[in-house]
Amino acid sequence: MAHALADDQNGLASPPQDGPTLQIRDLSVEYVLESGIVGAVDKVSFDVNPGEFLAIVGESGCGKSTLLFGIAQLLNPPAEISGGSVTFRGRNLVKLSDKDLAAVRWKDMSVVMQSAMNALNPVKSVGAQFKDAMRAHGVTSQEEIAQRSAEVLRMVGIDPVHLKSYPHQLSGGMRQRAMIAMAMLFTPELIIMDEPTSALDVVAQRSLMAQIKDLQREFHFAVIFVTHDMSLVRHFSDRLMVMYAGQVSEVGPTQQLFDHPHHPYTVGLMDAFPSIRGPRVQLTGIPGSPPDLARPPAGCRFAPRCPKVMPRCETNPPPDYELEGTSVRCFLYDGAPEVLSD
Amino acid sequence: MRFVIRRAGFFLLTLWACLSLNFFLPRLMPGSPADRIIAHLHGAVSQATVRAIELSLGINNTQGIWTQYVAYLGHTATGNLGFSYSQGEPVSEVIAGALPWTLGLVGITTILAFILGTAIGAVAAWRRGSRFDSVMPPLFVFTTAIPFFWVGMVLILIFSVYLGWLPAGGNIGQLAIPSFSPSYLGDVLVHAILPALTLLITGIGGWVLTMRNNMVTTLTEDYVRMARAKGLSSARVMVDYGARNAILPNLTGFAMSLGFVVSGAILVEYVFNYQGVGYYLLNAVGYDDYPLMQGLFLIITVAVLAAILLSDIATAILDPRTRTAG
Amino acid sequence: MALPITTGQAAGPLEPGRELTAAGQRRWSALRRFSRAIRTNRKATIGVVLMAIFIFVSLFPGLLTHQSPTAFSSDITAAPSAAHWLGTDNIGADIYAQVIDGTRNVMILAIAVGALTTAVAMVIGVAAAYLGGLWESVLSFVTDVLLVIPIFPLLIIIAAYFPNAGNLVLILVLSFTGWSYTARQLRSQAQSLRNRDFLLAAQVRGERSFYIIMVEIIPTMTSLLLASFLNNALYAVLAGSGLQFIGLGKSNNVSWGTTLYWANQNAAWTTGRYLWFIVPGLCIALLGVAFAFINYAFDEIGNPALRPLSAAKARKAAEASTRRRLASHGARAR
Repeated sequence: MAHALADDQNGLASPPQDGPTLQIRDLSVEYVLESGIVGAVDKVSFDVNPGEFLAIVGESGCGKSTLLFGIAQLLNPPAEISGGSVTFRGRNLVKLSDKDLAAVRWKDMSVVMQSAMNALNPVKSVGAQFKDAMRAHGVTSQEEIAQRSAEVLRMVGIDPVHLKSYPHQLSGGMRQRAMIAMAMLFTPELIIMDEPTSALDVVAQRSLMAQIKDLQREFHFAVIFVTHDMSLVRHFSDRLMVMYAGQVSEVGPTQQLFDHPHHPYTVGLMDAFPSIRGPRVQLTGIPGSPPDLARPPAGCRFAPRCPKVMPRCETNPPPDYELEGTSVRCFLYDGAPEVLSD
Repeated sequence: MRFVIRRAGFFLLTLWACLSLNFFLPRLMPGSPADRIIAHLHGAVSQATVRAIELSLGINNTQGIWTQYVAYLGHTATGNLGFSYSQGEPVSEVIAGALPWTLGLVGITTILAFILGTAIGAVAAWRRGSRFDSVMPPLFVFTTAIPFFWVGMVLILIFSVYLGWLPAGGNIGQLAIPSFSPSYLGDVLVHAILPALTLLITGIGGWVLTMRNNMVTTLTEDYVRMARAKGLSSARVMVDYGARNAILPNLTGFAMSLGFVVSGAILVEYVFNYQGVGYYLLNAVGYDDYPLMQGLFLIITVAVLAAILLSDIATAILDPRTRTAG
Repeated sequence: MALPITTGQAAGPLEPGRELTAAGQRRWSALRRFSRAIRTNRKATIGVVLMAIFIFVSLFPGLLTHQSPTAFSSDITAAPSAAHWLGTDNIGADIYAQVIDGTRNVMILAIAVGALTTAVAMVIGVAAAYLGGLWESVLSFVTDVLLVIPIFPLLIIIAAYFPNAGNLVLILVLSFTGWSYTARQLRSQAQSLRNRDFLLAAQVRGERSFYIIMVEIIPTMTSLLLASFLNNALYAVLAGSGLQFIGLGKSNNVSWGTTLYWANQNAAWTTGRYLWFIVPGLCIALLGVAFAFINYAFDEIGNPALRPLSAAKARKAAEASTRRRLASHGARAR
């Protein structure tokens, strides 16, 4: 039923993509401030394959949320995309006009935000917010709207009677799930999630993640999931991307990154999260703090804090090296083939 | 619903406070109000007239003060507001004659200023960075700081004296006979334009500025970003997600602005000799006609409280959060 | 408008040999940031310049006119001339002198009422928030009642009972009726501060309520207090002039409002004596504008989201800042 609706709206259904669903190449986002230009995202490149769950982790301020909004073309001034491309289903979203973009929005790519209390319009009922998304994409029949709205709510385990409720009348967990239901209205190919579980308690977190995975298994959409919680990432993601100071330091299959982290920053992150069942080890943090992005360092951005730093790290920015299906931005792996942007 | 009832209760309490103020103020001030009225009548009055005047002020020296107080409250509740000696009519009749003029002028311009101001403010915030937004706010900050009466006088100068297009004062021509005929209504309209324009020019700025500031803040909210993410048209995002939320503080601010509106109305009526409530209030002051003054003060307060209650109801309708908080 | 030229932000001591405490340094750099903010914000500049002009005129009226504003002369309601730049009024007094001399009274009214109203509001608002309980309910009720009662008619009635009100009475009456809005704002800000950690810390230290209110709470609210002062001064100028214009509180005070009163009484616009009412009214407007612009500019300085920005200008300014920073960075590295 869900697929049928999505196909109907397209007019003619696109066959499932053979290549990556999403291709990001050299994407850069800057904040234009009175005190100077701050490069929050610097030449980020990665792919997302159909049905894949990609997790993006990093410290606060590393640019992961900015990256997400840059991908979804939802940046607010003073942030703006200063370079690069976001190719989704064969089209570069950065170059699309507002009208063309609106057609893609929600139908093919939807967004789930961190706090449902802030992301839902407080003066409109939940049902009304589902409705305006559908009407914006040409669904006019009241019956169809009601039916689909009830359907997506049931998918996430909420009684459809709550379509009449206002956001403040629902519990925190219900609100988050309602947001996910809304994102599923057209069963898009890609759902971008910005820390959707951060505002929930641990139990609710697990239940929400399980729900997301179930839906993903059923409807085969890709997910980009930003979080700072490594434990969530380990169990639920296929691939993992580690960001530092606006750049991608390492990206690859999740299991691989946990078992054999390459980049010194990734190593540091892994060491900072204790395993609940493993032997007791000394916890090590990563001394120092991220660089000021208004004055980024000349060479590798992690150099000031890196335990394995070499002289060339401070003067030259390292390229991305490819090894064992993982891409690492670190001179330690000089000698491996470099990843070239296509 | 409970919210509205609580507000209505508060207003009744306020009304009672006003009445008490009306009652005790003349008795607290130096000298006797009756004496001043008598002075106006050049002292040649009989004891009986003095008694009548005192009675209409609620002063009855044969009774204790609390009895007088209760009697006063009773009179007011039944609509007996005393006798206006300067107009030669019961106060309630003077009010009945003046009120429609003021309500018409002030009511319409206030609503117009609110609607226009809010719309301009919303558009200015939506188009941040454009020329529209760099010009509008300073312009309206300017208009909020200029005095009503001066604007009125300047407008009279331009439109009445120089251009001769519009009359310089009064609410109707000298020889007009009240009726619903087009010529009468036309006359009313023509006389109302300059006062209305004055109120509009000075009043609109506040709405523009507060709406713009609220809107700028609202537009940074996540739910606005969400609306864009859903592919909604710009117009819909601006109205349904932006303005609908930004306007709420404006409605609560409506109550505060009414004081401003009332002062403007009084001054404008004075400048234009527009015979509404404000005009008669100032007239009454000139004659020390205390019953009339107090009656007018009362009616102004009632009107303001009614308007605030209406805006509270509007807020309850537009913001579902107040309904459940009740 | 030209971009301000800065020599970079120094973080260390400013003059050799002069050591500032950490707090002193913070205050000094805050002052410099503040004055730079005023220079770059057009509204603030206009407001400050206008205010400075009016303050100057009110302090030194003798420099600008030698005529008396109240002297009788036989030259009644004369048109502007070389002897009388703005003409004369109905008793033959020089109008220009009235405008100049009147400035002082208006400024005194504005500043006194601004300060007094804010002070009363502060006492009531902060007390309500801090004392809580019955006190809070009573004070809030009184505040709310005064908020909904239309002030201007109330002022008219009170002024009617004082037919010869001088400046002092006007100041007192305006202050004691106009504090409610400010009190509400201050009360809600004080309420939000009440449970903050630094106050709990003071309580634990054993400080008395009065000390906490004066030394901890009030300094935190300075920006709101400043904004309230400016707002109330504006209210005083407009309400005060309004009352004088309708003939209340005139006595023998020379003031813009009273000049306008006489202009109105003598139907200045029909007799061609336009400047008689245009100039005093313009002064009221400009002074009001000065207060309003300064206040609005403070809003923008405090909340950058509200500033007007043109995307192109913003980018140019940002690029210039970055260039400057990289240059000084490079210079320092050498």
